[in-house]
Amino acid sequence: MTVYNGRIWLMLENNELIDDIDTDMIYHNKYLAITDKSQMGQYTFDNLKGYEDFAKKAQPNDIVIVGENFGSGSSRQQAVDCFDDLGVICVMALSYGAIYKRNAINSGYPILTIKELDRSGLQSGDTLNIDTDSGTIEKDGLVIGRVQPLSTVQKDILAAGNVFEYAKGL
Amino acid sequence: MGQTMVEKIMQKHSDEDAEPGKIIWIDIDIRSARDFGGANVVKNMNTYYPGEKVHDRSKTYFTFDCNVPANTIAYANNQHICRKYAKGEEIKVYDVDAGIGSHVLIEEGLLLPGGTGVGTDSHLNILGSIGAFGQGMGDQDIAFVFKAGKTWFEVPETIRIDVDGQLPADCSARDLTLKTVGTLGTKTALGKAQEFFGPTIDSLDLSGRITLSSMATEMSAIIALLQPNEAVLQECSEARGSPVEGIAPDPDATYSANVTVDINGLKPQISRPGKPHDVVDVETVNDVPVDSVFIGSCTNGRYEDIKAAAMVVKGKKIKPGVFGSVVPATRKGYIRLMKDGILEILVDAGFLVSNPGCGGCASGQIGMTGEGQVQISTSNRNYTGKQGAGFTYLASPETAAASAIMGRIATAEEVV
Repeated sequence: MTVYNGRIWLMLENNELIDDIDTDMIYHNKYLAITDKSQMGQYTFDNLKGYEDFAKKAQPNDIVIVGENFGSGSSRQQAVDCFDDLGVICVMALSYGAIYKRNAINSGYPILTIKELDRSGLQSGDTLNIDTDSGTIEKDGLVIGRVQPLSTVQKDILAAGNVFEYAKGL
Repeated sequence: MGQTMVEKIMQKHSDEDAEPGKIIWIDIDIRSARDFGGANVVKNMNTYYPGEKVHDRSKTYFTFDCNVPANTIAYANNQHICRKYAKGEEIKVYDVDAGIGSHVLIEEGLLLPGGTGVGTDSHLNILGSIGAFGQGMGDQDIAFVFKAGKTWFEVPETIRIDVDGQLPADCSARDLTLKTVGTLGTKTALGKAQEFFGPTIDSLDLSGRITLSSMATEMSAIIALLQPNEAVLQECSEARGSPVEGIAPDPDATYSANVTVDINGLKPQISRPGKPHDVVDVETVNDVPVDSVFIGSCTNGRYEDIKAAAMVVKGKKIKPGVFGSVVPATRKGYIRLMKDGILEILVDAGFLVSNPGCGGCASGQIGMTGEGQVQISTSNRNYTGKQGAGFTYLASPETAAASAIMGRIATAEEVV
């Protein structure tokens, strides 16, 4: 059973989950020459209006919740790795940019796709419990939403650690 | 059952059936890494495959185009990491003078219609312009393909896009492209392949096809695949040095959605700052003063694009106070532009002409915008902060050139 339990960040603009957050907003191109993952987390979202101080406030075990087409734009792996460096345990989005999805899956970073989520009464700082087997999103023991089941390849790569380890078992 | 082009290409490169939604393993004909991401690809190779060789060095390339030549020590270091690795592994490097990698792959005939290629470039799906499958990837994904020669893909659904009408004389492939991006937005094609149909598409030259395919990424599509016409096959054959075959979807292929883009009476188009899909007619914003103009990029950096800009500015001067720059996509294109006198026209008009590369998009090859600065760019992205701290509009080479002359957003017709 895979469960993610953590404090959430609802990434909002005008009370709506933000769509089309591109990789320059997640991890700006001025930091692209950085290859050391432990240097990446500090720059997360510093080009996303309203969330420039995200990296300072984020804590290990946090969960980031965003809208449609998250991670559109460039192919930079850093836009995935920065969350892992911060200790953010998973990202939940309504949908993902295609390259971002591959990068996250192949590096074994958990990204979940929201099928439905009742945001009434939900705010940043709340704790959620997400079970990827049953597909439920729970708050205080009550089901408030669902995530899409993980694809077989995503499950297998997550279990192996990353695509390199996964391929050894093929 | 009939197949779309992406299904056909994936089928040809796999032992499994290429059905939409299914995850299958696909052989990759060409594997590449840029100076962007390349150093991390090397790092991944050394971490996960220490002492091991790449799967096939004759199919593996480095292409430097992001920061050329390096203007930061960090980029210089990264490029040198790639060079040293490539030397040891006997992998070919298209170095800082070669130009944009995706264009080089086409120009050198390394990828052909029906082929598959991957690289650390989110616009590698430009290969759809010749009817090939291209996918931009992160550095771990690419390192894996360097070693395995293949990778997994979820076969995408395909959207059929019918372009209705003929392109008006004052519009170019870029206006058609922006119209399409504005019509589809970022969600209609999310995670899907696109195929384009219609008389205007059939007659588009390779340069126009590259422009259209390059912005599949801004529509969140996997790829925009175009069925090669005779002229494209001819160009690919010449690049390869031997005849190449075409590719077409089956007449009874299944599409997950049909969209029509109406270009009857189309006017020159422009994306407003922040969102490539925030597209309006140029004439609705032609009172906006312009501080700088960039003509180039993988979207509009071909010979034909830069020539079109030159024809607008021929015999005229850039408005004093406006900075204009031109960056040809490739070295070969640069040489042709130079020999044909096109660069001279642009320099005479007051443009700065730079060495080939990604230009305005990446890390400031030809400078960046400052706070409050308004730029017209022929590139594909105007996300906040992408090309500096200013405001970037996206438009055709003709509109960009006209805006440089007028000192405000303008169509080419306003210059004449």
